[in-house]
Amino acid sequence: MLELLISGLLILIKLVLIFGVVLGLAAYLVLAERKILGRMQMRPGPNRTGPCGLIQPLADLIKLLSKEDFMPADADKLVYLFAPGLTALVALLTFAVVPFSPPLHIFGRELPMVVCDLNVGVLYFLAFSSLAVYGVVLGGWASGSKYALIGSIRALSQLVSYELAMGLAIAPVIMAARSFSLTDIVMAQKQLPFILTQPLGFLIFVVCIFAESKRTPFDMPEAENEIVAGFHTEYSGMRFGLFFVGEYINLVILGSMTTVFFLGGWHGPLLPPIVWFAGKALFVAFVFIWVRGSQPRLRYDQLMNIGWKVLLPLGLLNLLVTGAALLWMNG
Amino acid sequence: MGLWRDISGTWKPMWITLRYLFRKPVTIEYPEQKRTPPPRYRAQLILTRDPEGKERCVACYLCSAACPVDCISLQAAEDADGRRYAAWFRINFARCIFCGLCTEACPTLAIQTSIHYEICKRDPLSLVFEKEDLLVDHGGKDKFYNFYKHAGIGVCKPRGGGDGEYGPVDVKDLLP
Repeated sequence: MLELLISGLLILIKLVLIFGVVLGLAAYLVLAERKILGRMQMRPGPNRTGPCGLIQPLADLIKLLSKEDFMPADADKLVYLFAPGLTALVALLTFAVVPFSPPLHIFGRELPMVVCDLNVGVLYFLAFSSLAVYGVVLGGWASGSKYALIGSIRALSQLVSYELAMGLAIAPVIMAARSFSLTDIVMAQKQLPFILTQPLGFLIFVVCIFAESKRTPFDMPEAENEIVAGFHTEYSGMRFGLFFVGEYINLVILGSMTTVFFLGGWHGPLLPPIVWFAGKALFVAFVFIWVRGSQPRLRYDQLMNIGWKVLLPLGLLNLLVTGAALLWMNG
Repeated sequence: MGLWRDISGTWKPMWITLRYLFRKPVTIEYPEQKRTPPPRYRAQLILTRDPEGKERCVACYLCSAACPVDCISLQAAEDADGRRYAAWFRINFARCIFCGLCTEACPTLAIQTSIHYEICKRDPLSLVFEKEDLLVDHGGKDKFYNFYKHAGIGVCKPRGGGDGEYGPVDVKDLLP
């Protein structure tokens, strides 16, 4: 009984910690993005609130909360209210399977540093990354606005096209690690991270997560010069804020997923594993911001062409080559 | 060839932004750092005085007439010696577009633009500047010009007594 209580308490503590860290990271990623983009454009970025603008996220929160919460007359009320929460929630739920450190040993018990070490963690991640589009599509549809609808349809087709290529990019990793569990995948990279053995898969995966996160250069769902602002045109105040937070949680998730699949997870010399993991994940997030500061938006047909005509065949080829190589090495 | 161009075209901007990331921002952070605008900057209008310290304005209404948004209004009055001045002079800076046409119209260089640009107020009514707010105790951009030294018939000096002026022509003198 006591044993059960203690493990329950530990899981609860882990959940609260992850919740706090991920939400805090999302809030400060917004600030980091504004700062980094600012420096790339030779301006200081937000620096009015607090030392170096460090309480800017709080100021943004107050602004979003105190804005008028407007609902369009044509909106499907229930779905309209539900959609932004769905985006943020799905993004948060994905974090349940991310292993960020080897199991800890405290007071004679083993404490896995992952909320739930699923043996099909990869499938869970893929499933939730396709669920993430629901928030966007329902939000755009329920707004009752043409522009929002076009934005959400774009998001939908974009995610469907790139989900396939992403699965194909991860498949060789699973084959090499011989497991669907994210912990095992990280363990398999003890000697060599998969970025070195699977460079092509890594490239395909990176392009796919850029499309998946709906950020520049693949931000057609919210291309503001063609469709006003896309799926969140009709949202205001904290509802828009939830879409926004969802995007940045997604950034953290995709960063940690890249770390788990290709960058060797928590493995690294000298520093404690959790620092390595956070460092790698945040570096990927930085690359996201960096690309946003450098690359122009693609055209929609170019986006579709790359997805179906380049990434998909390349992914299949990579899968074949990896399979052949594994067979040859074992046989 | 096309593919290589695309790939290099993808990497080049990334490299450029990375370099700029480590450069010092060029932003002037306004409330802390203020710059002095160039002397010909057109900000708040002022009424200047001549080198003797008298008001330059002769209340000719040309500035008011030249103003495209009608933000200048004034009332002329006359001294005991017949010299004109503005009894009141009002500029509504909530309307002013800082075009500088009034300063070009002014024959006495009385109304001039200054480089004082921090005139924003919360209350629009406090943007209506009266003569006391506009009148300064210097000559503005031209410190030495004195209108009455050159012109000003019969008020401060005898007719034709100004600098570069000659006396009235005796028209009978020109008869054949």
